[in-house]
Amino acid sequence: MLLLTLTAHAEDTPSVEALWQMLQEQQAQISSLKTALAENQRRLEDAQRRLSSRQTQMDTNLKSTQSDVISAVEMVDATADAVDALLLQSERTASRTNIGGYGELHINQLDNKDEIDFHRFVLFFSHRFSDNLSFHSELELEHSIAGDGQVGEIELEQAYVQYDYSDSHRLRAGLFLMPVGFLNETHEPNTFYGVERNNIEKEIIPTTWWEGGLALEGELAPGVNYDLAFHSGLKLDTANGSASKRTSIRSGRKKVGEAPAESWAATSRVRYTGVPGLRLSLALQHQQDLTQGDADNIGIGGISANLMVADLDYQRGGLGFRALYGRWFIDNEINTLNPGADEQYGWYLEPSYRINEDFGLFFRYGEYDKTAGNVAGNTEVEQWDLGLNYWLHENVVFKLDFMSQDTAGASVDGFNLGVGYNF
Amino acid sequence: MRTRLISLLLCTAVLAMPASAAVYLERDVFLQRAFGEVPRSQTLWLKGDIKQAVQDILGHDYRSLRVRYWQHGDKTAWVLDEIGKEQPITIGIVVAADHIEQVQILAFRESRGWEVRHPFFTEQFQGASFFQGTELDRPIDGISGATLSVKAVTKVSRLALYLHQRVLAASAL
Repeated sequence: MLLLTLTAHAEDTPSVEALWQMLQEQQAQISSLKTALAENQRRLEDAQRRLSSRQTQMDTNLKSTQSDVISAVEMVDATADAVDALLLQSERTASRTNIGGYGELHINQLDNKDEIDFHRFVLFFSHRFSDNLSFHSELELEHSIAGDGQVGEIELEQAYVQYDYSDSHRLRAGLFLMPVGFLNETHEPNTFYGVERNNIEKEIIPTTWWEGGLALEGELAPGVNYDLAFHSGLKLDTANGSASKRTSIRSGRKKVGEAPAESWAATSRVRYTGVPGLRLSLALQHQQDLTQGDADNIGIGGISANLMVADLDYQRGGLGFRALYGRWFIDNEINTLNPGADEQYGWYLEPSYRINEDFGLFFRYGEYDKTAGNVAGNTEVEQWDLGLNYWLHENVVFKLDFMSQDTAGASVDGFNLGVGYNF
Repeated sequence: MRTRLISLLLCTAVLAMPASAAVYLERDVFLQRAFGEVPRSQTLWLKGDIKQAVQDILGHDYRSLRVRYWQHGDKTAWVLDEIGKEQPITIGIVVAADHIEQVQILAFRESRGWEVRHPFFTEQFQGASFFQGTELDRPIDGISGATLSVKAVTKVSRLALYLHQRVLAASAL
């Protein structure tokens, strides 16, 4: 049985030759696999070398790119700096000489006047010679057209050199506006209420008023400002015109055009602006002789005069209030030309309300009298105005006001329309 | 004769006085007071919607392509120029969190309106922030005779507040 079993098993076992053949085949497979493995190893090492090389190249490229980006940023910064410097230089060069201006068109629909008038066309020119030396001027065409027989005038209202000799003090020499009242110095149409400038500042101060001379201005303490000016004086025409014209302060302005300089004048002002929204001001002026030496011709001595103007301006939020009082104290010799002209005064009160950036309302009541010393008759002029400003832009304004003026038995009522700009 | 003599003396006295530019505070001093140790300056490009907002606030483009600022945490400082009437006013503004901490006039070159440099005016801006859009949450009372300078300082304060907000928003991203 056992023999049979062993015999059967021997028949299933491969022969030695078969085993050798199998061994040979397996050996060949192993050799092939080894070869493949070596090839793969070589390829892997090649790939690693290439990867490493590429990594190195990428690192190099990245560093180069980073350097390029940094350079580009630096170049952009440098370019922007250069452009900004050019812009600044251009602005500074351009801003050494400046042009500005303002203008206003008025329509008057009054009992005694139905008129349209481009009242003022003004150009400002200024030039800065250095940080502390500058020139300022204002050239005005009044009533649109000037020349022989025309209604208008071309006027040089300011032309002075300003020397800022310290942070808080400056000197002006030339032709400048008198530092008196509100409107004489600041009269761009978008800065005040009412189509026309108010009659008190027009007739008593008299706005717009400029003279030639030398002026100092500056600050004594925060909010405490001063003006001190020595300048040409007024000249009344004592020989021609009506009595009221011969003693009219407004008619006495010679506008520094071949003006007489026999007698001089001085103006001082202290102005307090130490609280935001508040301005308090007191101006005093002395005129040596309103006739400029012509008084002998009419058989009197010279006519000296003093002017006092006090004003208050307070703006708080939208509410505003302006008040002004002006008075001339004139040598009573002037009464020989026009009785009562030694006293001339005016005042007004002007509450206002700025509803928003665009709209503002105002009311003004004022009185003035240019022969207040005349006790024989009532020569006082009373006027009220009620109106609206509409600012289309902070520098462009449309205006409407209603007015009523009473003068001893006569009255003038009506309304005014206006548009003004400033740049 | 007396007038002539006074004029002559006045001229002599004035010309003998030293001249100086109207620089009230150097930029570095302003920054040192604001931060103590002054951080490195950074720049903000005025482009896209920022450029448009700047135009809306000032009423015109700003005078340069970028503005420089200094930042430490949520506090920024800005030194900006704006023309009042004719000449640029250099204004320093410090903004912290969402409100103006201080406004200082560093240099003033206009012929009028110098009162804006005083604390009685600039203190009005302390604590101011935006109320609606880019409007300040309080009225700024002006100075009679200095209207254009007041407007310039007010506009630049609004501008600094706006730019500050943009810088902080970009930092939070």
